[in-house]
Amino acid sequence: MLRINPRTEQKIISYLLYFLTSIAIIVLIFILTVILKNGLPQLSLEFLTKNPADMGREGGILSTILATVFLTFIALLVATPLGVGTAIYLTEYTLEGRVTKIIRFGAECLAGIPSIIFGLFGFILFVNKLNFGWSILSGGLTLAFMILPTIIRTSEEAIKSVPMAYRLVSFSLGSTRWQTVTKVVLPSAIPGIVTGVILSIGRSIGETAAVIFTAGSALRMPTSIFSSSRTMAVHFYILAKEGVSMPKAYGTAAVLVISILAINLLTYYMMGRYIKKKS
Amino acid sequence: MSSNGTNKLEKSDRLIKLSLLMIALSAVSVLAIITIFIFEQGLPIMFRYGLKHFLLGQDWYPSEKSFGLLPMIIGSLMVTFGALIIGVPLGLASAIFLTEFSSRRLAGFLKPVIELLAGIPSVVYGFIGLMFLVPFIRERFGGPGLSVLAASVILGIMILPTVISITIDSIRAVPDSYREGSMALGATKWQTVRMVVLPAARSGIIAGIILGMGRAIGETMAVIMVAGNAADIPGSVLAPVRTLTSNIALEMAYASGEHREALFATGVILFIIIMILNTVANMSSAKQRKKGSGR
Amino acid sequence: MRYGKNYTGNSFFKKENLFSFLTSALNQKSLETAPPLLKQGKGRTYPECGQSFLRFLKLFSPRKLAAFKASSVILPGFILILMFFPSCQSKKSNTTEIIVAGSTSVQPFADKWAELFMEKRPGLVVNVQGGGSSAGIMAVKTGAAHIGMSSRELKEDEKDLHEIEVAHDGLAIIVHPSNPVEDLTIDQVKGIFSGDIVNWKTINGRDKAITVVVREEGSGTRGAFQEMVMGKTRISKKAIVQDSNGTVREIVSRDPNSIGFISLGLVNEKVKAISLNGVRPSEENILKKQYHLVRPFLFLTREEPSGLAKEFIEFVLSDEIQSMLPKEGLIPVRKAG
Repeated sequence: MLRINPRTEQKIISYLLYFLTSIAIIVLIFILTVILKNGLPQLSLEFLTKNPADMGREGGILSTILATVFLTFIALLVATPLGVGTAIYLTEYTLEGRVTKIIRFGAECLAGIPSIIFGLFGFILFVNKLNFGWSILSGGLTLAFMILPTIIRTSEEAIKSVPMAYRLVSFSLGSTRWQTVTKVVLPSAIPGIVTGVILSIGRSIGETAAVIFTAGSALRMPTSIFSSSRTMAVHFYILAKEGVSMPKAYGTAAVLVISILAINLLTYYMMGRYIKKKS
Repeated sequence: MSSNGTNKLEKSDRLIKLSLLMIALSAVSVLAIITIFIFEQGLPIMFRYGLKHFLLGQDWYPSEKSFGLLPMIIGSLMVTFGALIIGVPLGLASAIFLTEFSSRRLAGFLKPVIELLAGIPSVVYGFIGLMFLVPFIRERFGGPGLSVLAASVILGIMILPTVISITIDSIRAVPDSYREGSMALGATKWQTVRMVVLPAARSGIIAGIILGMGRAIGETMAVIMVAGNAADIPGSVLAPVRTLTSNIALEMAYASGEHREALFATGVILFIIIMILNTVANMSSAKQRKKGSGR
Repeated sequence: MRYGKNYTGNSFFKKENLFSFLTSALNQKSLETAPPLLKQGKGRTYPECGQSFLRFLKLFSPRKLAAFKASSVILPGFILILMFFPSCQSKKSNTTEIIVAGSTSVQPFADKWAELFMEKRPGLVVNVQGGGSSAGIMAVKTGAAHIGMSSRELKEDEKDLHEIEVAHDGLAIIVHPSNPVEDLTIDQVKGIFSGDIVNWKTINGRDKAITVVVREEGSGTRGAFQEMVMGKTRISKKAIVQDSNGTVREIVSRDPNSIGFISLGLVNEKVKAISLNGVRPSEENILKKQYHLVRPFLFLTREEPSGLAKEFIEFVLSDEIQSMLPKEGLIPVRKAG
């Protein structure tokens, strides 16, 4: 067998790794560049403030932006209390045991379920059985279930990282567990919780499969939580796939990508500040 | 405080605890509801036509009451496997490079960039695939371009950020003393990585790969855009393919009656596959944790 | 719809169990009636239903049974929480909004009609949804939509709906503009889509493999094509499947060797519609009954149309809209004038 000198091997390998890494980075950057290069020129105040006309061939994307915002808002409204409550229960109100194991198992399985299954489920439960129809409400609730595990996980981490001493001091002053949680633990865990929430905003903005079956794809200004609406991601999907209008598709993609990048950056910034404050 | 007051406090605290427990079980109940709904809709038809009909049938012609899902099961597995072939080497190499071979500053800059890219919606990946990759494959290799290959590459790229960032985390979790020990014995950096660092980080890396795999097998919209969706077992990587997820999304809108039930049956099969993956992932990360605490 | 109020057929669970109790609870229109139902369900059938519930769950995760046992207790409570959302029936009584749902072949046109209608009648809302012919038919039956759109003839068991023909649509066989093939016989088309003819050169084209692009199972366009062209012959499994006419057109416009079928009204300069047996697909030839791939666009209502739905249907049948149809590639059902 050919034996290569370890030094040479090391050199070859490090070049190979360098090469593969470059490929990975270049591909990812390429995707971003294509979207931004073709999309940014489409962006204008008009694009953001006008409603789509002629199936999206003309006009802007205002209604889809609003639909995305409403949908995300409903999802957060439902998922945040449930998620944070779960996290509080797991960390403050119980010891590790059977129940926590069950809850964690549930959350982890939920996190792994593909969005199309959520879509199917939302379609059957909200759209059909509860008769909400294709609506912002149906879509929002479906998304809420989808982001629940993220919120649970991040809130739990945030609450766990609050120093035990805080709680002890609070207890020693005679406060109840609930007072300790609301007055001491939660306030210091807020940045971490918010980070999780922002992270889930990013996920709900980009979601397509679950939304298209629950919120529908009507290209209309949402008037109530029962109106069917097309979110940005769904709008982009339809524009791109059916070749309705490439410039508008790129424009929508750019808005989508920029808002998600901005959200992720915000998360990063918050996390950085949070960690700094901790140490 | 009077004993009465304490009692009240205790009572309200117990009430709070109970309501928190109810909330905490929401995740589990959501999982249960989803399971029930999907299975309730999908299982009857599977038993009516027989599991064999669904799992081994090769013809998907719902209008003729023929619900063979084998092409989609194989399609899902092929595409996922393809995505791993593309994504895992690139992801592992990038993670190893960024943690062990590059300067701290470069890694400090690139890791966040890669994690930011994890947030790009899958439809965008699908779109890029449709615009650039599909024509490229069609012109270079022939066939319709919409193919196993296109879907695999797009999914492979999509799971890159996940694989890279989890692998980086688990490689970083390996204590420096391991590396120092190995280097002190005269090993080169690569030997250290190959024989010490990677084995130590192994279960974390596997968990990352399984997570990426779950993402690949569960992805829908990007795959619909680039896979061609022919309900046939692909004869080559250049042939079009349909996955379980795209089978559901493609036909859900129009389906009625048994056709729709069959789509839910597709959901059931997908669900079971995902659950198996989840359990494996959970077990391997639990193993990692145990090992970590034993150290 | 299939999952309407009284849907119990082929339920996996026995009637007396948790699930059907849940479903019936879910289907209650108001909250007032829900609590007694819950109580009843709990008191009478709980242990038994728990049994079948658990038996069922064993199918996929025997080890975690406890989790589900716990969750089955929480389920009713959780669903109750869901039901506290504002009454979902408000949209039904809303007289300023109608929902039109169904065939995606009709949808783009209906969208345009709705736009014009709303311009004329500010304050009124016509909400156009896709979903497909079958979904549209179901939506009307259950009352989820006021008007259903279908691009295929109704089946026997769907005939209880009111149908109004609003337009006719031709089906065009399309290829890439660069494709030298101009004309095919019906049998050749059949051969291509069934997978018997696999190369363009057998039908006087280039020596290239044919990429067949079709719509997915269940779509009205595919149904119409199957019926009018394929008959009993299956469409090849190897065909690429896309879920909208727009996407089929897009794929064909990008791949020089592909062939597909879409609504005549959607043919544009990016693709070429080929002649069948020497007859060009055009409005003229359809009206002369020489081009045979034609299907109706139907509006469906549960009862005699009334109110806003009636106004919208009348608007679509008016000269204003009907005279516009040829421009969009459709064939009017009424001659202008």
